[in-house]
Amino acid sequence: MQLDPVITAQIVQTNGDWRPASEIAQAVAAKKISALAVTEAALARIAQHNPVLNAFTDVTADRARATAKALDAAIAAGQSVGPLAGVPFAVKNLFDVTGLPTRAGSKINRDRPPSIRDATLVERMEAAGAVLVGALNMGEYAYDFTGENIHDGPSRNPHDVTRMTGGSSGGSGGAVGGSLVPLALGSDTNGSIRVPSSFCGIFGLKPTYGRLSRARSFPFVASFDHLGPFARSVEDLALSYDAMQGPDAEDAACSTRAIESVTALLGQDIGSLRIAAAGGYFRKNLFPEAQEAVARVTKALGVTRDIELPEVARARSAAYVISTVEGASLHLDRLRTRPNDFDPAVRDRLLAGAMVPAPLVDRAQKFRRWYRTKVLALFKDVDVIIAPATPCIAPKLGQATFVLDGVELPVRANIGIHTQPISFIGLPVVAVPVPLDPMPIGVQIIAAPWREDIALRVAYALERAGVVAAPRAKGF
Amino acid sequence: MAEPLDDYIDAVAGALALPIEDAWKPSVRANLAVTLKMARMVDEFPLPDETEPANIYAA
Repeated sequence: MQLDPVITAQIVQTNGDWRPASEIAQAVAAKKISALAVTEAALARIAQHNPVLNAFTDVTADRARATAKALDAAIAAGQSVGPLAGVPFAVKNLFDVTGLPTRAGSKINRDRPPSIRDATLVERMEAAGAVLVGALNMGEYAYDFTGENIHDGPSRNPHDVTRMTGGSSGGSGGAVGGSLVPLALGSDTNGSIRVPSSFCGIFGLKPTYGRLSRARSFPFVASFDHLGPFARSVEDLALSYDAMQGPDAEDAACSTRAIESVTALLGQDIGSLRIAAAGGYFRKNLFPEAQEAVARVTKALGVTRDIELPEVARARSAAYVISTVEGASLHLDRLRTRPNDFDPAVRDRLLAGAMVPAPLVDRAQKFRRWYRTKVLALFKDVDVIIAPATPCIAPKLGQATFVLDGVELPVRANIGIHTQPISFIGLPVVAVPVPLDPMPIGVQIIAAPWREDIALRVAYALERAGVVAAPRAKGF
Repeated sequence: MAEPLDDYIDAVAGALALPIEDAWKPSVRANLAVTLKMARMVDEFPLPDETEPANIYAA
């Protein structure tokens, strides 16, 4: 569908990228453009580019048009609308979407009955005016760092379609990285928001564990599962995060804390914040691009010191053990009854996870308590810790190994080495994209629990300084 | 020569009624070996007897 150029100008910038969500919402609320026109623009982009990117597994066009028309009718009737009025978004296909079976990247789950209610976060995004346009590709059952999927095909990186998006929220990374939609939601158990953000050159927020409801999303590891947004700017990230906050009795881990809105705080001065770079473990196993990205961020922030997190390698190991065991427990019946319908690589990891003796898991959870205490003590002296998001730029699709410091290492096992020790204790992190050429790479801005505001303020300052940005993917 | 973990894998698979075809066993064994190596690394770390696990529960 061809849109009128005057209307298009309200939706996209001169470089072809989406205008900020706040501007789209204001234009929709002011009736300068209709929510339906914005929706059609998103659907047109998806139709044009998804055959290459393979980001979407479901496009909910009818639903999106109905939602947009209802929004336009409400505006015409003089009703007030939310801060994301008319802004298109999509969700990793582990979120329940009414009418779709929640496949969670698997073949097996396609046999589930269609969902009868949206996930809480989908409901909250739409309550704020956003328009759901589809569900997104992901690694099977979220046990993945690559964005590859043997059932649906790989998500492809918009900056180089021969490369991985990262995973497991691969479609979320590709859809926002390729500007098919301005906003997407994903999940992060060991890095699955931060890794695709890094590889696809976009902003991602993994909030504090328990901050955002996981109700009516398909789980992976109850101890570590987080949900969160992806966006092309910090303000859009904050707007969507604010729209989704709040208690939810339907997620046992969801905090009862009141909403702590951050969008209005983004511009606050960060001069008084104490910022350090993560040293030791986080300075190792880095390709030059990752070193360069961290150096640019720390230089811009005037960081002069490293801080050592204790026993990080052990923390990563404990996260690995708990993940594989809780994942195995989740899928035990499916492993018994439908083992041939899994991706064999996922199945064999889960089968191994089912065989870990219980005392070792208990000790991993006790170590987690110890590590949490030690790391939280560091936040008496610092407000923000800077760390790499991934050791490398996006590897090639299908790439099994890379050579680092002369040592050949498996790709899958090493993509998440810098994210796992952070989500292990649920710290809030904003992944910020450093627009290196030709491939971007991310950096983690880590704050103390419940201080998403601080991490987002630092990300915003970096964005305003031009140090971090979501680069336009050529051809999309 | 029999792999050291194979008897353990067979026993646990039997106890949990998990079907493991022979063709999958090398991959399961390799994954289990890595997982146990990780677990041993955690196991070696001395913790006070009073340490609470970090699982979330509120009555």
